[in-house]
Amino acid sequence: MPVRSNIVGIDSPEALEKALRAAYYLADDGIATASYLSLALGKPLLLEGAPGVGKTEAAKAIAAVLGRRLIRLQCYEGIDASAALYEWNYPRQMLAIRQAGEESIDIYGESFLIERPMLAALRAPDATVLLIDEIDRADQEFEAFLLEFLSDFQISIPERGTVRAAEHPVVVLTSNRTRDLHEALRRRCVYHWIDYPNAEREARIVMMRASSVAEATARAVVAAVGRLRREPLSKAPGVAEAVDWAEAATLLNKGGARWPDAFKRSIGVALKDEEDLHFISPRLDAIIAEAAA
Amino acid sequence: MSDDLKLPHAAQIFVTFVALLRANGFSVAPEQTTSFLAAIELLGPRSLEHIRRAGLATLAPPPERRATYDRLFDIHFRGAEAIEQAEGEDEETVRLQEEGSGEDEPPLADEANESGLAAARAEALVERRFAQTATSDPLRRLSRDAAKRLPRRRGHRRRRARSGPFADLRRTLRDSVRNDGEVLRLGRMRRRHRPRKILFLIDVSGSMKARTEENMRLAHVLVHAAGNVEVFTFGTRLTRVTPALRLKRREQALNAASFLVSDWDGGTRIGDALQAFLAVPRFGGYARGAAVVIVSDGLERGDPAALRDAVAKLSRRAWRVSWLTPLATSPGFKPQTEALIAIQRFVDDLVDGGSSAAVVAHLLSLATRRAA
Repeated sequence: MPVRSNIVGIDSPEALEKALRAAYYLADDGIATASYLSLALGKPLLLEGAPGVGKTEAAKAIAAVLGRRLIRLQCYEGIDASAALYEWNYPRQMLAIRQAGEESIDIYGESFLIERPMLAALRAPDATVLLIDEIDRADQEFEAFLLEFLSDFQISIPERGTVRAAEHPVVVLTSNRTRDLHEALRRRCVYHWIDYPNAEREARIVMMRASSVAEATARAVVAAVGRLRREPLSKAPGVAEAVDWAEAATLLNKGGARWPDAFKRSIGVALKDEEDLHFISPRLDAIIAEAAA
Repeated sequence: MSDDLKLPHAAQIFVTFVALLRANGFSVAPEQTTSFLAAIELLGPRSLEHIRRAGLATLAPPPERRATYDRLFDIHFRGAEAIEQAEGEDEETVRLQEEGSGEDEPPLADEANESGLAAARAEALVERRFAQTATSDPLRRLSRDAAKRLPRRRGHRRRRARSGPFADLRRTLRDSVRNDGEVLRLGRMRRRHRPRKILFLIDVSGSMKARTEENMRLAHVLVHAAGNVEVFTFGTRLTRVTPALRLKRREQALNAASFLVSDWDGGTRIGDALQAFLAVPRFGGYARGAAVVIVSDGLERGDPAALRDAVAKLSRRAWRVSWLTPLATSPGFKPQTEALIAIQRFVDDLVDGGSSAAVVAHLLSLATRRAA
């Protein structure tokens, strides 16, 4: 196992946490530890958690800390190898054969290959971070295929041979846990379950991401959002929603709306489901009043 | 300390911790143990907290067993005096809110009806024993025809075919290379088909008592016959029984399921159970694009509004929602219970679920019905 205790000058979870903060991501101890271990052990990082807890943001922040380009592969039901690895540009190949006439031509040359995220990450392992987003949406087959990729970091292209990475690329996987992932995938990775941040940290995140928001507003929004997350909603407000809500309420307040009213009128950016709104509306006043107190 | 890790006896305590986890039903692979040791070395470790986090990151205990992991860790590394019995897994059970929003009465259990059993207001938490009987005819039909007749969805992958809507350019190109770039025949591809998810929700309350056993058997056959099935039971609680039903032998599977479910033959709060189901993202995700089949008589003692909202939500998420009720034995069935009237708008089928034959017939006819 290639262990590197020092990555771009970061030699402990605490140092990584500091670097992530500079990239506008407030990590708690758990995620800082898991991210550091994943980088140091050269293993992929698997982040699981409810939608909106900042999984994708974490990947972006890690890429920023390492000073690398983030390549994102969004998974969906039925995603297959050609969307994830590479494709041949067939029309161009056809044309090239036609044009070549009598001359010989290599139609499997570089210019005919269309790179997809996984191949791109393999070919530039020291300049990229590969984010495989919402792996739980892909089907079992793709997961098995991914497992293979993550164990030997190589892709074989029948027409060209095998592409191997000089070093292990940095890979972050996220899952909303709409289904259980394969045990083997969890084993291969460094695993972290992200929970919603506690009120203190969430208020700090809101103020960091939305600089116009006053501390009192941030705290009120975070308290209200925390209260909403305990309700049986079909789409609980995530951290991004809390940020948007605080920003929208601040904006309305500057336009002359009074405080509780400004929260209430901008609820649409926090709850984005008609039924959730309908379900909460009788108690919304009470929730906001309690949160603003 | 990190140098000591080279010495077996210093590393011993970490390796025995892994063994302790394994003894408590956590699956840990050897490579994870290696990572765990490497992680401890990397982190210093400057405190017990570091070791605990290294374990969390590398041994990957599932989030719902975090509490068990933490307790075992304390016992192992802090030498906690009281080694409590590891409590039962609460993993797949969603406790429903016992107190509503304050204004509505707590739901009453079913009153004694023809087939019902008077459940006290405290849930009748009982264990059921399944009698052993031979596989009946409809079930055999289900396992035989499942592969052919259950609903399917179009996959994204394409595969070679004699004819089809897509051109197989890769193959065409390869052929054309052999013919100096002349395209003589265009290869075709068509989309593959994959089994569609089936979500089977079984009402195990008192009023469904006569059918519960049959339904569980049917679910067991279904799990083994079809590729992609999730089974939940609901009465006053919601329980995921899929893992138990995956056991091959039927008696074993049904007994395992009966241990999981704690509200056999009790009251009914379908609305709350479904709301709980939808509020857990990973459960709600099962419903997306699935054929949802609910076997229940709809004798709801909870709030019909909660039930209506839940079914409405479910129907928007699912490919098709079927409600099979034992009360709908005649073709001209008109729903009588408040709950069934409320949900009628949102379900795609409201049909007979009074016998295994009827349920199987409906399951096998799903594929020929169109998505709602």
